Parts: sequence; structure tokens; C-alpha cells
Amino acid sequence: MNKVLMSGNNIIGEAAIRAGCRFYAGYPITPQNELTEYMAEHIRSIEGGVFIQSESEIAAINMIAGASAAGLRVMTSSSSPGISLKQEGISSMAACELPGLIVNIMRGGPGLGNIRPAQGDYFQATRGGGHGDYRTIVLGPATGQELADLTMDAFDLADQYRTPVMILADGMMGQMMEPVIFKKPNPRNYPEKFMLRGAGSGKSKFIRGLLLDPIDSEGHNWKLARKYAVIAQHETRHEEYLISDAEMVIVAYGTAARIAKGAIKRLRDHGLKVGLFRPITLWPFPELKLRSLSSRVKNFLVFEMSTGQMLEDVRLALQGYANIDFHGRPGGAVPTPAELANVVAKFYNKID
Amino acid sequence: MAKIVFQHPQSLKHSIFHYCPGCGHSIVHRIACEVIDEMGIRGITIGVPPAGCAVLAYNYFDVDMIEAPHGRGPAMASGIKRSLPDRVVFSYQGDGDLAAIGMAESFHAANRGENITVIFINNAVYGMTGGQMAPTTMLNQKTTTSPAGRQQRLDGYPVKVSEIFSKIGGVTYLERCSVSSPAGVNKTKKAIKKAFQCQLDGLGFSMIEVLSMCPTNWKMSSVDSCKWIDDVLAKEFPPGIYKDEIAALKKAAEGRS
Ligand SMILES: Cc1ncc(C[n+]2csc(CCOP(=O)(O)OP(=O)(O)O)c2C)c(N)n1
Ligand code: SF4
Ligand SMILES: [Mg+2]
Repeated sequence: MNKVLMSGNNIIGEAAIRAGCRFYAGYPITPQNELTEYMAEHIRSIEGGVFIQSESEIAAINMIAGASAAGLRVMTSSSSPGISLKQEGISSMAACELPGLIVNIMRGGPGLGNIRPAQGDYFQATRGGGHGDYRTIVLGPATGQELADLTMDAFDLADQYRTPVMILADGMMGQMMEPVIFKKPNPRNYPEKFMLRGAGSGKSKFIRGLLLDPIDSEGHNWKLARKYAVIAQHETRHEEYLISDAEMVIVAYGTAARIAKGAIKRLRDHGLKVGLFRPITLWPFPELKLRSLSSRVKNFLVFEMSTGQMLEDVRLALQGYANIDFHGRPGGAVPTPAELANVVAKFYNKID
Repeated sequence: MAKIVFQHPQSLKHSIFHYCPGCGHSIVHRIACEVIDEMGIRGITIGVPPAGCAVLAYNYFDVDMIEAPHGRGPAMASGIKRSLPDRVVFSYQGDGDLAAIGMAESFHAANRGENITVIFINNAVYGMTGGQMAPTTMLNQKTTTSPAGRQQRLDGYPVKVSEIFSKIGGVTYLERCSVSSPAGVNKTKKAIKKAFQCQLDGLGFSMIEVLSMCPTNWKMSSVDSCKWIDDVLAKEFPPGIYKDEIAALKKAAEGRS
């Protein structure tokens, strides 16, 4: 397969179509419009491909829920404020065990915030976001290539666990042009018995999230919880970078992790032994992998484009095992690698 | 041999309705199932019940069904129908569901001319949540959230859904009926059948608004509820065909072929 140069938003769209996504609904919002536009241009020319520009993000998530129930591979995308509107629908998809991909190209918040890249939606994404006891698998790509690979993987995970999956990226990832090679997608493996396609001459089926009997509802909650436990056990992904001799490890994901890599190169040129631990799955968080690092490394610095959200997961993994510092740039501010290197050096020089 | 004139519809499950005695929902369920039987479409029909008193419709309709979050039925039905264009897809909605929280989804599904059918139960209150004011509550009607009666200056006017939707380009067939009398029930059944046929013929969006009794929240007997529809509700919401483009669209299609 040839290498092509594409923007992040277009990479997601192309990867989704190649992975067999045949239904897309979305509502315009910056900085993810190129993805909606890519789907508008390309999905309708494929047999059975549906694109709907919905009247709102709420409508979009419910459209994909319907199409998912009907048996299609489905996707919607938005940016932070729009993702807030989708939460009721995401909760409902989790309850009804409907697979689907939700892409959040995060921007500055809270409120309307701005359209600059940010990472303020980590809590919302990894804690379920909507109401009720549920989780979504959350993938945090850091390169154009990973956008392509993880988009394809997201559809497989969604089917395998019958659950909505989120790609959590930001405006920088969405709009940056990068070379990418599209891998061959896996053939879809999603049994017809989970689809709603009309009863034919057989028994009718229904899909619901409402369970009025509390004992039934409790049972359903525990069933979902068991599924999430399996996911947490089997599906964590992370990357370690220049860890082996590191005196300090930066923990960062997505765009922040890329900036950290640039900073680490500069720091190493000056003899500072800094490495990177990059969670790729944000939920499930690679907690045990991070904790096992602490048997050797005693100083960790969390860097996020937020006031400190993933920081809480790092604390859950490392509190009592190592020192944890934090540096944050919320609200759409993005430091250069050189700026970050200066900050890291200050923390590093305090290590005794 | 004896001719069967009345029997339990095949598409209606043999479970006991949870609806209150005298409720219009159970009547509409039954006649919709009769239509599904008569048209022989049980195996290709997919229904979308709402949050509302009809949330458990899947316990009664023996067709594939998926529950929608409150108000989102038309969006979900759009997703299903676009994925499976040869199925009959209907969304079943109350007045709060359709004309308050789900107005945007309903309006835009209609405006896109989605080839789906909406069965819209107008009972002038929020039934499920205990009789609060609905968008279709009458002026001066007492509800738990309009205890002194709905006041137009503070609470707005009853929303005339069929009148408004009849102006939407994507709507093909739109009729307002009532299940307050045997004649009304028969008319409603015919209208639902016509709407499903409109969909089978690929002619676009159809909606049947049904004036429907809620004796419990109206605090009336079943008989008085029927009378209240005829004497009061039907004056504000006159039954009738509000839009019918079926013949014109068929003719245009014939002209093309
Ligand atoms: C987002 C959300 N808000 C509120 C509710 C609570 N709720 C359930 S049904 C309903 C109103 C039902 O009234 P209507 O749509 O008129 O249906 P009816 O019960 O009268 O048939 C409300 C407010 C809900 N389920 N979801
Ligand atoms: S509350 Fe009203 S709408 Fe609901 S079941 Fe009872 S009578 Fe019917
Ligand atoms: Mg109502």
C-alpha cells in the first residue's frame, strides 16, 4: 500500500470507510469539519453508504444508534461542545450494547471555549461521560498513522465488545497533514443475531435500555461491569519511549505526548535522562504497566493540555510508589517542545 | 363455515396491557397491529417506541423494536430506514416526545422527507411522568405544572403539530384522527394503513396524529374522556387530512417511467 499525505480528519474518514463504515451522521463544528466533509464526499459513492448532515449532535448519535441496531458499521464525529450533547445517546448505546465509533476532536473549553487544540474532555471521555454506570473504550492517537490504525481497530473493538468506542484526539491532530499507510482492515465479525432487521417469519426481537425492575437492572449493570473488567484486563495499550535509563518519565497522551517527545530529544542532548510513557488506551488506562515502571523510576511528570485530568489516573497508578509532578496548559494553549523542555528541566533539576 | 369477523391480531402479543383503563394507547396499538396483519408486513416492520407511556410497546407489538431516548425516535428511525430501505419503519411518539424535547428531530426527519411513518399520540398531557403540562395542553387546562390552568401569557399556546407539519416540504401524508369513538377508531386505522402504504410505495414521510384519551391524568371517567376529546380537544385540534401528496407523487412517478 502507498504512503499518502493527508490531514488527520481526512485520515479518520478514509480509515473508517476502508474499515467498512457505511453510516455517518454529524453536525458541523470546528476543528473537525473536514471529517464530516470527507464523509459527505466519499461515503455516498459506496454502495449502501449513508451520509446524513443531522440537525444536531443529539440527532446524529441517535441516527447512528439506529443504523447500528440495523447492522451497519457506524460513526459520528464532533468536537467538545457537540460531544457533550451526544452523551445521552452514548449512554443509551452502552446500555443497549450497540457498537459504534464516536470521534472527539477536542477544542478549548469549558463552554464554547475556543477552537484551539486542548485535552479538557479526558474526564468526560474516560468516566463514561453520560449518566449511569458505564464506560466507553477510549483511544488516544498521537500520529496520523495511529489515527488510521486506531480508527480501524476501534470498529473491531466496538463489535467485539458491543459497545461504543471513542477516538479522543484534538484540533492539532485533526488538522495536521501527515504521511500515512492504510493497513488492510480485518473482515467484519458481527453476528446477525444482534441486529434488528425485521422478524421475518421468526420471533421478534427488541433492544432496550429501560429495565424497570431494579433486580433486572442491577443484573444488567453487573453484566456490563463484567464486560468492562474483561476489556480492562485485555485491551490496554501504551508506548514507552527512552525509558530504560530514565531518571524521570513524562506521562502524556496524544498531541501532548508528541510535544513531550520533542522536548525529550532536546533534554537528552543536554544529558537529562528523561523518557515518556504514553497511554494509547485512555480507558482502560494502562495502570499496571505504569505502576510496574515505578519499581525503577521514582519521578514522573504528567503533562496535559488541561488543568490535570489524566493526572488522577496517574495518581491511582503511582500514588505511594513514586513522586508525581504536573504541568498543564489548558484552554487551547499549546507549548512548543522547547518551552516544555525548559519546564521539564526545572522539575528534573529538583530531583535528589 | 363461520366467517371470522373479530380476533386477536397476530402481530399483537398475548400480554396484558399496562395502560390505564380507557387509555387511547392500547386502542392505537391494537389497530396498528391489525394493519400490520392485513398488510402482511410483520416480518419487515421495525418500530421505535418512545420514552412515554408507550415505552413498553415492545411488550405488545410482535415486531422488531428498539427503544429511543425521549424525543429521539425520528432520528433513530431515520438511521434504521436509511440502513434498511425496504423495511417498514415507524416511530411512535407522545406529544411531549414529539412537540417539546424531540421537536427538532421530528421536524427535520419530516423535512428530509424520510420514508418513515410517525404515529403521534396527542393526549394533551405528559402521561408517563404524572400529568404535567404538554406542548398540546389546552389553554386553561389544569395539569400538575399548570395548577391554575395553562396561561397563554406564561405557558404559551397549544402546539398545532399537524397544521405546522403540513407546511413542511418533505411531508407526503399527514392526517389527524381521534380514537374517541368507534367511527374515529376506524378512521384512525385507515389512516395508519394509508401511511404504511405510502411508505411501502417509497413516497416519503407520513404522520398520523391521534387525539387520545388519558383518563388518569385528565381525572375523568373513560366516557367523559371521549366526550372531552369530541367537545374540547377536537375543537382546538380539528381532525382531518392536513396533507396528501400521494396521488400527485404517484402520477409524477408514472410520468417518469
Ligand atoms: C431526557 C429525558 N427527559 C425527561 C424524561 C422523562 N419523561 C419520560 S416520558 C416523558 C413525557 C411523556 O409525555 P408524552 O411524550 O406526551 O407521552 P405520554 O406518556 O403522554 O404518552 C418525560 C418528560 C426522560 N425519559 N428523558
Ligand atoms: S397515564 Fe394516561 S396515557 Fe398513560 S397509560 Fe394512563 S391513561 Fe394512558
Ligand atoms: Mg402525552
